[in-house]
Amino acid sequence: MSSLGIRPLALGIVAVVGVFLAVPMVLGFQKPFIESVQHGPRGVAMGVVYNDETLVTNAAANKIPGYLPQLPPVGPKASAIYKNVQVLGDLSVGQFTRTMASITQWVAPTQGCNYCHNPANMADDGKYTKVVARRMLQMTQNINQNWQPHVAATGVTCYTCHRGLNIPANVWVDTSTGPGTDTGMGFAAMTPGKNAPSAAAGLASLPSDPYTPYLEKAETIRVIGNTALATDNHASIKQTDWTYALMMHMSNALGVNCTYCHNTRAMADWSQSPPQRVTAWYGIRMVREMNVGYMDGLAGVFPEYRKGPLGDVQKVNCTTCHQGVYKPLYGVSMAKDFPELQKVSSANGGPRLP
Amino acid sequence: MAMLSFEKKYRVRGGTLLGGDLFDFWVGPFYVGFFGVTAVFFAILGTALLAYGASLGDTWNIWRINIAPPDLKYGLGFAPLKEGGIWQLVTICALGAFCSWALRQAEIARKLGCGLHVPFAFSAAIFAYFSLVVVRPILMGAWGHGFPYGILSHLDWVSNTGYQYLHFHYNPAHMIAVTFFFTNCLALALHSALVLSALNPGKGQVVKAPEHENTYFRDIIGYSIGTLGIHRLGLFLAMSASFWSAVCIIISGPFWTRGWPEWWGWWLNLPIWK
Repeated sequence: MSSLGIRPLALGIVAVVGVFLAVPMVLGFQKPFIESVQHGPRGVAMGVVYNDETLVTNAAANKIPGYLPQLPPVGPKASAIYKNVQVLGDLSVGQFTRTMASITQWVAPTQGCNYCHNPANMADDGKYTKVVARRMLQMTQNINQNWQPHVAATGVTCYTCHRGLNIPANVWVDTSTGPGTDTGMGFAAMTPGKNAPSAAAGLASLPSDPYTPYLEKAETIRVIGNTALATDNHASIKQTDWTYALMMHMSNALGVNCTYCHNTRAMADWSQSPPQRVTAWYGIRMVREMNVGYMDGLAGVFPEYRKGPLGDVQKVNCTTCHQGVYKPLYGVSMAKDFPELQKVSSANGGPRLP
Repeated sequence: MAMLSFEKKYRVRGGTLLGGDLFDFWVGPFYVGFFGVTAVFFAILGTALLAYGASLGDTWNIWRINIAPPDLKYGLGFAPLKEGGIWQLVTICALGAFCSWALRQAEIARKLGCGLHVPFAFSAAIFAYFSLVVVRPILMGAWGHGFPYGILSHLDWVSNTGYQYLHFHYNPAHMIAVTFFFTNCLALALHSALVLSALNPGKGQVVKAPEHENTYFRDIIGYSIGTLGIHRLGLFLAMSASFWSAVCIIISGPFWTRGWPEWWGWWLNLPIWK
């Protein structure tokens, strides 16, 4: 027998594995210190808790960009000078040019006007991006005019979601079901949505796609009963997992926690909930309308390479606008300086609901 | 109270930590000591403050009485008496009473020439309470992060504090603590069942000794921890349970502000399978 006994060998292996695991584990924590904001009566532990470093990062990532000053409505209308101006025709040529330049800055700063326009004929609808952009203008107007219970007077602009990118950084496609998406094999094969870290649900072992049922379809979110004892509530644990996944998504999208909208002693009770829950309730309905009434309707317009594996278009969730912050861009209103985005134009058409 | 003939033998002077001979006496069966006096003082004062706090509230329903900590805006300063100040004073009284009790245990151990295992064990429970109402609030910058004193209200606090981290069962220290609590329960059940089984062999049978107990477990699992070992194990499990409970709440907030499931990103990001 060699002099190396079993005990030092085992200790060595344990030590190496321990260090190997302990270092990333310890580094996984956040450094103190924190900021906290109270949202309820004292001693109820309702409120948000932020790490100081996260606040610095978020503040830097959610600044509004500089933009062109407003112009007076003088001179001829855009519709009189340009052809095929369907949504913003009532603006003066100067105002219209400012809007176009702003959209370029917000959505296609590197590609410029030609990302949407055929330079030989600006009125041409040949590029799909132009058709999408028009629909998105209509959507923006609809949100600002008809969804004030969610966006309030702050409103939204293209920048709220796009932030200088052609496609907003946070969009989703249906990955919940479909051929080839099963995990495991044989008797252990199962459709995804359980028992794996769900990016949508903050890495919890919860359904991976809470968006399709709740933010596109209008499945029932409420699983909690109205009585203390489960007298007539047939919601299953599985359904509860889906709802939990949606709630995790909403929390992470806003950088808040469950107590931002709920007093968790009685999650369902509106009378004990903070007013933010009402805003969120409208937000869910607003996002559904954006997805069903606008995005889904563009299925025939988007090229295949812009679609998901199941052929659906990229859609909106809470993170698309909020991007980790309780109010997008910390509640600074850009829309107030773009009145053309605040009112539905006569030729809007509104959401196309099936 | 009557005293058994041999009890006098154990009532010896000395071993006090503080106060010398001054409080070194018994009242009935109870040893007093300096820390007995302070324990009674803090307990009565704290209870009186709780009663005063309850009288300011809108209920005498024992379940719903609530003595809440201050608003977060008071930070780590003193709050007005009726806006959380009572909670602050009660917290001081509670810690005073608990620590007095532990020190009284230590004095009795010294008197009897025993080890300090009992005060050591009780300190684990004090540490868990101290973590909740002192360590974590200080790390988070406000006494308002402490839990309220009330039967239902402290449960509401636990619920909301858990949901502040979206899914508290993913808290690694909470996992360890819960495991220790259950293991502790299992060990206590097995130990007490084993002792009772040896001492209650059935009518007409001879009471069994530790060798039977040891053999019982050797037959089942090939190993018996032994009569002394089971108590070492019990103390370890019980103290670990309170220790890791304290850890799990201290890391929630000061060292992690997001959902606990997300903390496990370090595991998903290990270079071997990332």
